[in-house]
Amino acid sequence: MADDVTIIVDGITVTVAQGTTLRAACDTAQHTVPTLCWHPNLEPANACRACVVEVKGSRTLVASCSRLVEDGMEVQTASDRVTHSRKVVAELLLSTSNADLAPDLQHLADISGANSERFAGGDTWEQPIQDDNNLYIRDFSKCILCYRCVEACGEDAQNTFAISVAGRGFQAHIDAGFGRELPESDCVFCGNCVAVCPTGALIGKAEWVLRRQGQWQEDRITTTDTVCSYCGVGCELSLHVMDNRIVKVTSPMDHPVTHGMLCVKGRYGYEFAQSEEG
Amino acid sequence: MGLTTVFGSGAGTSSYEDFHRTAFILLVGSNAAEAHPIIFHHIMKGVRHGAELVVVDPRKTITARRAHEHLQITVGSDIALANAMAHVIIRDGLYHQPFVERATAGFHEFANHVQSWTPQRAEAITNISASRIEALAKRYASAPTAMIGWTLGITEHHNAVDNVRALINLALLCGNVGRPGAGLNPLRGQNNVQGGGDMGALPGRLPGFQDITDAEVRHKFERVWGSPISSTPGLDQTQMFEAMDHGRLKGLYVIGENPIQSDANSRHVRHCFEGLDALVVQDIFLTATAEMADVVLPAQVSFAESEGTYTNSERRVQRVRAARKAPGETRNDLWIVTALAQAMGINWPMLEAREVFEEMRHLTTNYRGITYERLQANHGLQWPVPDETHPGSPVLHDRLWQSEVGMRAAFACVGWTPPVEAPSTDYPFILTTGRRLAFFNTGVQSGVYDHPHNIGEWMEIHQDDARQLNIEDGEVIAVISPRGRVEVPAYYSQSVTPGTVFMTLHFPDEVLTNNLTIDATDPQSGTAEFKAAAVRLARL
Repeated sequence: MADDVTIIVDGITVTVAQGTTLRAACDTAQHTVPTLCWHPNLEPANACRACVVEVKGSRTLVASCSRLVEDGMEVQTASDRVTHSRKVVAELLLSTSNADLAPDLQHLADISGANSERFAGGDTWEQPIQDDNNLYIRDFSKCILCYRCVEACGEDAQNTFAISVAGRGFQAHIDAGFGRELPESDCVFCGNCVAVCPTGALIGKAEWVLRRQGQWQEDRITTTDTVCSYCGVGCELSLHVMDNRIVKVTSPMDHPVTHGMLCVKGRYGYEFAQSEEG
Repeated sequence: MGLTTVFGSGAGTSSYEDFHRTAFILLVGSNAAEAHPIIFHHIMKGVRHGAELVVVDPRKTITARRAHEHLQITVGSDIALANAMAHVIIRDGLYHQPFVERATAGFHEFANHVQSWTPQRAEAITNISASRIEALAKRYASAPTAMIGWTLGITEHHNAVDNVRALINLALLCGNVGRPGAGLNPLRGQNNVQGGGDMGALPGRLPGFQDITDAEVRHKFERVWGSPISSTPGLDQTQMFEAMDHGRLKGLYVIGENPIQSDANSRHVRHCFEGLDALVVQDIFLTATAEMADVVLPAQVSFAESEGTYTNSERRVQRVRAARKAPGETRNDLWIVTALAQAMGINWPMLEAREVFEEMRHLTTNYRGITYERLQANHGLQWPVPDETHPGSPVLHDRLWQSEVGMRAAFACVGWTPPVEAPSTDYPFILTTGRRLAFFNTGVQSGVYDHPHNIGEWMEIHQDDARQLNIEDGEVIAVISPRGRVEVPAYYSQSVTPGTVFMTLHFPDEVLTNNLTIDATDPQSGTAEFKAAAVRLARL
């Protein structure tokens, strides 16, 4: 078709539609690139550099999550330069942030051969947990500044714009405006930031409490898809149930109604369903 | 009701995704950002793609603040606005002539009817300037595609159906129905309003909106059900209350509703219920209504403890599944209804939800091609789904654009009448009601979780009004209507205009807002005018 573009990924010729990103084209070639900040339902933020690839003729490495394909591009997804860059990205993030609940970051470290101790001893983002409401917790020791939460709160979904990145350089951090606690901010507690957070820096209070008590056990949790009982939008809910109690609510990222996003009632307003049992 | 009359089925004509690809979005009486947050995501995606968003609402809501233009209209004046827009569109020849000629009926009468509805006339009623009405009409008519969405701001009025018909008129004029990115969309207030109507939970309908007065329809169901069906439609809720009031209705079985707190003019509703010989309430909690019951049947939480389907505002039928074991002696609604029938000596078998669905779909064209397996595989399906290979219908009524138009869509000559209660010397304010984001209806569901903004009910008042009455920000005051009185904290708000105050129904145990609301109802839809009651305010 006239709108198709042909490129070469690691020696494999692939033809994709115009407007496809390099990341998606690499997927088509089955040479998937690792990602951290990229999310299927959010605009690329170009924040993490995990997805960089080498494009012939380009002086710098290219963020494949946002760069669109151009006819004849020759792309390498695992050149020495690419692998080295990913390794350093992983090593720097591991030196500042707690990756306990960050499977994507752990994966990046694994495939790039990162040494988590390489930059140990430098500054970290370790800081007290922000526990200022009973719906979700902010643990910025785990934050990698991927911007997903900012995008989900803003124009990619919620259009509330309660949070943004404040500060510069190493002081850059996610902020609800003037360092306010969430209940005093513009936050409406939809938890869509929590839904897209890749590191557990944002986490539901119920899950956080259970994890802290050592009670959170994935193998005891069942997930059942049903529909929200509040308004008439018809959001599909995945109810995560442990010991007959709902402990978390999410929505499938590929659902045509929600795209993984919910409102505060759907995500956190479930206590009534189990209020008769202690 | 309005949609059923004009198009033959009472449902939104588009999909949420149509908001992504439309050029123009007109929201009337809808605070989607708070009442339908995830539909609002779709709306804002359309705005990002270049759609113009215009919000018509007496309050400057969160939704209105995100719009390109907000028309802060006088409560209950929507018909005047819509008629004047139609006037401009016809006067300037901006309507879609081929569509009007091929697919609609009654255009000439309608054109005559709106001839007197000049923007100047509407300005005096709506408090929106004639020039803004002119400009809006022209932009709506010249947009290549346009969506109209509405919510309870349109339907909770004594002239609800007329309000809806006035909006439908605009879409018919401009051919904005039956094609992608163009449609008419009631955003449903509750999870299964659409599904309940689809299943015939209406006095004169059987599943699929099939008319109970049609002998052929009745015969079809009678054959399968093995039981005669009365050709006389039953009563809608308003008619039931009337019948209770007059002692003609003595027994009531309430399933999953809390009318003592959710219906307008609560004291009157309570009075009606007190006259019953027998009240049976089936619910998950001992609600205020259940407290009055002779028998309470403990039910299971539908979305988390039962099997079945809900149907949403875009006609998407989706599976509901039990995720947890329900407590104690509770039973699911289907079990209870069947057991009740058996106790009455009727030999109903105890069926699974799936078996009931199977029976229903074979009797209901819109649902015929839907199976539980297909719902599972597709994240639901949008009816009509006439057979098991049909992919579902994102857009309704595309027939209006095809060679076989079928039933023509009729214009309605609707007049404007003000809300039943006008502000007076004794009751100088208009109380309008609505929802807040974190809460829902009478709070049976939303009152339980720990939301940081849960400070109970409060009233929004313009600070000019408050200062004139020496009411301090946050002061607890009395609000009095001809029907009742409540006490509530009043906070200054930039959302309401002087003369209008706003409350919700979310905290009825502390503040029973429905003591104030008026039970003037639309004779066709049976919906009460929750959006306009005259009140006075008094310091304590």
